[in-house]
Amino acid sequence: MAVVGFAHAPHVPETFGTTNGVEMLVPCFQQLYSQLGITKSDIDFWCSGSSDYLAGRAFSFISAVDAIGAVPPINESHVEMDAAWALYEAWVKLRSGQAKTALVYGFGKSSAGTLRQILTMQLDPYLVTPLWPDAWSIAGLQARAGLDAGRWTERDMAAVAAGEGGDVESLLDTPYVADPLRAHDIAPITDGAAAIVLAVGDRARELCERPAWITGMAHRVDTPTLGARDLTVSPSTSAAAQAVTGGNTSFDIAELHAPFSHQQLILAEAIGLTNGTKVNPSGGALAANPMFAAGLERIGFAAEAIMAGSANRALAHATSGPALQQNLVTVLDSEARR
Amino acid sequence: MRGGGRAADVHTAPDVLSAPLRMRFDYTRSVGPTIGNFLTNLRARKLVGARGSDGRVLVPPPEYDPITADPLTEFVDVADTGTVESWTWVREPLPGQPFDRPFAWALIRLDGADTTLLHAVDVATPDAIHTGMRVTVRWAAETTGSIHDIACFEPGEKSGAPAESASDGEPITMITTPVDLAYKHTASPQETVYLRGLAEGKLLGGRTDAAGKVYFPPRGANPTDGRPTDEIVELPDRGTVTTFCIVNVPFLGQRIKPPYVAAYVLLDGADIPALHLVLGCEASEVRMGMRVQAVWKPREEWGFGLENVDHFRPTGEPDADYETYKHHL
Repeated sequence: MAVVGFAHAPHVPETFGTTNGVEMLVPCFQQLYSQLGITKSDIDFWCSGSSDYLAGRAFSFISAVDAIGAVPPINESHVEMDAAWALYEAWVKLRSGQAKTALVYGFGKSSAGTLRQILTMQLDPYLVTPLWPDAWSIAGLQARAGLDAGRWTERDMAAVAAGEGGDVESLLDTPYVADPLRAHDIAPITDGAAAIVLAVGDRARELCERPAWITGMAHRVDTPTLGARDLTVSPSTSAAAQAVTGGNTSFDIAELHAPFSHQQLILAEAIGLTNGTKVNPSGGALAANPMFAAGLERIGFAAEAIMAGSANRALAHATSGPALQQNLVTVLDSEARR
Repeated sequence: MRGGGRAADVHTAPDVLSAPLRMRFDYTRSVGPTIGNFLTNLRARKLVGARGSDGRVLVPPPEYDPITADPLTEFVDVADTGTVESWTWVREPLPGQPFDRPFAWALIRLDGADTTLLHAVDVATPDAIHTGMRVTVRWAAETTGSIHDIACFEPGEKSGAPAESASDGEPITMITTPVDLAYKHTASPQETVYLRGLAEGKLLGGRTDAAGKVYFPPRGANPTDGRPTDEIVELPDRGTVTTFCIVNVPFLGQRIKPPYVAAYVLLDGADIPALHLVLGCEASEVRMGMRVQAVWKPREEWGFGLENVDHFRPTGEPDADYETYKHHL
């Protein structure tokens, strides 16, 4: 099974569109159809990721189906998570022989509300959500835990944000937003949408000259009780990575879904990435973080590098939930290997 | 700051209508035996944890063991003093948070516990808190059996627990959590044209092209093929009742005295009907195929909404032939 096409909406701080994503999704689908020479009737299965809390309206994913066109009826499903998990569902569908092609999409208009407050709805609803801690605060507690444990420094965090050739010193001179997090440690508000086409075997070869074959995919979860786990490590990422890499962690590129700078450090270590791997050539979630599509985009950017011939083996990671609660790891290869 | 290149992606935004949207509701949840026990003890200003399969004392107590997933049944008393294990600073508090002035969140390990509890710490500046700091619960003046029974933590060792409050009363089985989120709701370009049309007394539908079906109200994309419905079609304010129901049941917020008729009205030239009221005759006289016409409110009452049409009334024309609307039911 392979990724044969990837498209994403422009990464913008605010769109004019509705929270049901139609305005951002229609151009993505049109781009994929024309790039692959297909129509919607060539797609056997559709799956999406989004959140009604982000949309501020019930069943926003049903309205998004307008962007597909559901006449005649289609096979469609939805996850209330990052669309990387929708891709996992499609992967299962294709692996089980129920479909030969799938189109997976995710969308979110983060600018419509107060994102860090809306994400509180992901927390334990009994003893945590009633206090309304926001997403920056939860990440700040995680970052502090790592600083105190000596696992990273504020300079290490700034270096992640600065990227290659960035000016770490000037970043460290900026004020705290949610001590110990500074603005550069926090992903920006991004409205966006993304879509990926999957196909199996010969169908993939027909649609794409150099498909990005998915040779492994696994996801794991850590306890939702934040105080009961070591926030400075990510055992679920390690377990998922071990399951799909078998310990071979040499990759040309790795796209890691880290909405906060310190989380990239946790993830790289949990996966066991080596110095030979270029991490987040796309810029990662710190450059653009379209909610419920950013994890899917990691798979898309990793696949795009293989389809374009600039990478042969790539890793894509996606996260969902607070403080890296749930993690999904995908391995993509230029050659179909089982 | 990062984000280079983003500005170049911004395209010209159509002038769409937008309005504030505030979503408010209460979540009422049953808490189960484990969290229920924790909350019942909180009401009595006592803190308990559960002993996990590895011997650790977990506070707050999870419903299932993090390692074996077995239900946890052994409860252990812990102190209302503890140690800050991690903290972060809130510069601009959000609605619903424990303070409306800057404060710290902390993960606090209570004495006798092996895991941490998330709560607020009342200190004036970030300099006044550090990892390893000793803190004590400040109990709420009145306890009800929720996490808010802990008003916050404050620096210091000394337990400020008042004389134990009465621990009688029924066990806590339910909590209610208010949710209050604010959004900027934006209409799509097609909806904006439609809503602006209504403000001028026009009924506007949308289609993809001359061969396409006419949607009223227009949708962002044609649901049969996903193409944008950018071609606007002005429709007359008369049409046909395709189907209807007689509302006999009173409900909260109802504005018309039952019985009355809610009907699907297929405007002439449209391909999908819209829901509206049919008044001006006995409810029992309304029928499929009945011809109706919009009754507009006085112009000075018009806004950006279909309620500018107060209702539809019968025109007295002969009923429409079933063949003319059977495909739109």
